Amino acid sequence: MTTTVANRAPQDTRGSWLTYLGLGIALLFSAFPVYWMFVIATSTDEAVAAFPPALLPGGEFLANVREVFTLNEVYFAASLINSVLVSSVITVATLFFCSLAGFAFAKLRFKGRNGLMVVVILTLTVPNQLGIVALYIVMGKLGWNGTLLAVIAPSLVSAFGVFYMRQFIAHAVPDELVEAARIDGALTLRVYWNIVLPAIRPALAVLGLLTFVMAWNEFQWPLIQLNGTDFPTSMVALSDLASGNYVIYRRVLAGAFLATVPLIVLLLIGGRQIVRGIMEGAVKS
Amino acid sequence: MSLTELRPAARQPAPPPPPGQAKHWLYRFDTKTIPYIFISPFFILFAIFGVFPLIFNGIVALRNWRLDDPTLTGWAGFANFSRLLSDEDFWNALGNTFGIFILSTVPQLLIALIIANLLNRKLRGNTYWRIGILLPYLTPVVASTLVFAIFFARDNGLANWFLSLVGFGQEAPLDWRAQKWSAWIAIAAMVNWKWIGYNALLYLSAMQAIPRDVYEAAAVDGASPWRQLWKITVPMIQPVVVFTVILSTIGGLQLFNEPMMFDENPQSADGGSAHQFQTIAQLIYKVGWKDLDLGYAAAMSWALFLIILIVAGINTLLTKRIGGDR
Repeated sequence: MTTTVANRAPQDTRGSWLTYLGLGIALLFSAFPVYWMFVIATSTDEAVAAFPPALLPGGEFLANVREVFTLNEVYFAASLINSVLVSSVITVATLFFCSLAGFAFAKLRFKGRNGLMVVVILTLTVPNQLGIVALYIVMGKLGWNGTLLAVIAPSLVSAFGVFYMRQFIAHAVPDELVEAARIDGALTLRVYWNIVLPAIRPALAVLGLLTFVMAWNEFQWPLIQLNGTDFPTSMVALSDLASGNYVIYRRVLAGAFLATVPLIVLLLIGGRQIVRGIMEGAVKS
Repeated sequence: MSLTELRPAARQPAPPPPPGQAKHWLYRFDTKTIPYIFISPFFILFAIFGVFPLIFNGIVALRNWRLDDPTLTGWAGFANFSRLLSDEDFWNALGNTFGIFILSTVPQLLIALIIANLLNRKLRGNTYWRIGILLPYLTPVVASTLVFAIFFARDNGLANWFLSLVGFGQEAPLDWRAQKWSAWIAIAAMVNWKWIGYNALLYLSAMQAIPRDVYEAAAVDGASPWRQLWKITVPMIQPVVVFTVILSTIGGLQLFNEPMMFDENPQSADGGSAHQFQTIAQLIYKVGWKDLDLGYAAAMSWALFLIILIVAGINTLLTKRIGGDR
């Protein structure tokens, strides 16, 4: 670091070559494991076993993928479809329920509004994972254990989502617009549909992306519910693929890469929104 | 809430009273009941699948509850809890959890601070840097841990190759899974990898909210960028530092995915041949769904809950003190 007199805030200072070097190293560390996942997924057994290990992709990607898909007991192709299904349902439900509640908390007047909002904020800090034993018993009483429904149901809403939507709607939807629509005789549901939803599209994109990623990566609860069934999610199938006495790395990593690709695509399409969502969430927490 | 009470909302002018009884009823329903209908999906679902299990968990912990023997029921009193105290596996898992937690949290937050400080400049393509360091946050832990398992493999892993370049492990390559210390380091490396970028963005967003005149006022001292970071920036973003410490405490003490997938046989939930890296969350899973003893697993969950509360409290106090001294 240079030791010039700093009379400017860091955000107004131009990055030096050291800044770029540091960030370059950070980026290399971030990307390398994912890159190497791809390298092994494209390699032969010999290339994987070489020492020092191969660092360039091979040409066996399709062969390895075909092997993963044709393994009988793992249901990998079905697991990818299941993951898309589970994550999509969770995302759509979260967006709908959280924007509804966020709209009510931001723009509607009702008794107990502030008290109930405090309850939402308090639930942000509850570590749900600690209730999984009882949750399993609850699912048993409902008769849902071992089904996709048991995986989906607990994630249909999120306290963070309600909080995020409330903050966004409070700023993005002018009170006058809601009032004007009301005077014209529009019902609240119509106000939500015609005024609020179009105005909060950016927030829906942010929350939707974050929710989808989290649902896709969920492992412990789906493992409890779907291990040993013939309709696992991709994370459960992946753990199945990696278990056993004799593990074939190129095959396991081909599976891992397949289960990661959808998220890489999301990062390429919606990276800006994901970054914004995380940074906005931080300021407001 | 009462449906008969018609009180105009404070800031919304009442619309002209619609003619006819039916319309009137609809208007009342729309203003009085609809708000509760809008928020009810969240509260109903959260009550059933979030709050209730957490409370019910306390009851399960006080009962005999076995998945393999439904006839074995009834109150167990505090038997499940007293069993915890003398359970070697539990104390071992507690030690592992803390070991990995410390090895992962401290470097994670320090490196995140430094990266955030680098990002807090005028940069070319600043969005792309931010997106880039977020890749680990999106990558499924189940998938990335499989890569790290190969990276830390004994016979032809990259980690041992790097070690051999600097002259270590020539006669016998290091078996990372075999001892506690090396397994903890390997797992902590995975946790650090996943969360550094995410925390850096949290810090960056707080850093950008610091008013510029704070720096201008301090510039008289001629602080170097490094001193500027520790003397001005870090104290100014202390609330977010506390927030990330709490987040990593809650997450770190419930660590499950990394130790699960690092195992040679992931679905065994053993955490190594001699439980070298079995965490509490893993042990809860094993006791509940391999040993089928839900009552005991519930007691363990409560113990973990208590531990998280205490550690989060201590860490908050520590972080506040460190920030205040600077």
